[in-house]
Amino acid sequence: MVVDYLLADDARADLVFNALADATRRDIVRRSFDGELSVSALARGYAMSVTAVQKHVAVLERAGLVHKERHGREQRVRTDIEAVQAAGRLLDDLEQLWRERLGRFETALDDLLDDPFDPIDPLDD
Amino acid sequence: MPVTDITKDLDACSMTVLAEYDAPVERCWQLWADPRQLERWWGPPSYPATFVEHDLTPGKFCTYFMTGPEGDTPHGWWKVVSVEPPHGFEIEDGFGDEPGNDNGMPLTTMRVRLADRSGGGTRMTVTSTFASTESMAKVLEMGMEEGMRQAAGQIDAILEEG
Repeated sequence: MVVDYLLADDARADLVFNALADATRRDIVRRSFDGELSVSALARGYAMSVTAVQKHVAVLERAGLVHKERHGREQRVRTDIEAVQAAGRLLDDLEQLWRERLGRFETALDDLLDDPFDPIDPLDD
Repeated sequence: MPVTDITKDLDACSMTVLAEYDAPVERCWQLWADPRQLERWWGPPSYPATFVEHDLTPGKFCTYFMTGPEGDTPHGWWKVVSVEPPHGFEIEDGFGDEPGNDNGMPLTTMRVRLADRSGGGTRMTVTSTFASTESMAKVLEMGMEEGMRQAAGQIDAILEEG
């Protein structure tokens, strides 16, 4: 948790949430739970080219949500269930990140109190 | 801890954090507006942040890197969308070495609001929104359910569902 902390969590959440933001990609995740379908087989379910489906699969791969497995001459797509489950916990990780960050904000305010600073009277809006 | 409330909206893919500080709004604003002060708290002690560029002007960029315990230096950047000193700003953020070059990484939007707290001090609201929408919760629930099913050894049932 230390190494993939902070920026890594922010980046991972971005990747995962955006990968799942698309209806086709969510469907690919769903259809790939059993790891039986190749990209071409997946593509037969959509009104789009194999290349277009391959691009969707690549986005999911980059987010770590699916991976490819070799079966003879065919590569099949399999959903990484743990990654999908972990995605559900990403917002919890981000919550922790911001709790700590805003705690440091307070420490920084306190630390800097000795610095030259003239308090400004609260403005009456 | 200064955080008084956290709201997570899975459907909207957003998280809102509310924190309160005894210092006035102007003082809190400085911690965002002055890169040297921002560096003191943005990264954790194990990953301190260094801001290379910092210009809170709409259309401009702030770029930073963090230095990890293994010498790793992940980079991040903000593209400034709007600024209203000292009451807040909105940025898009991303990851990668070059501002605007997000290496295929998508964007998050962060909105910061600073308001006077009645009786003195500041209420700070930070809202992070991921570029994602509808049905997110659904697919995540699905992942949980599938995980439990497979763990229970009911793989055949899943195969039959096709």
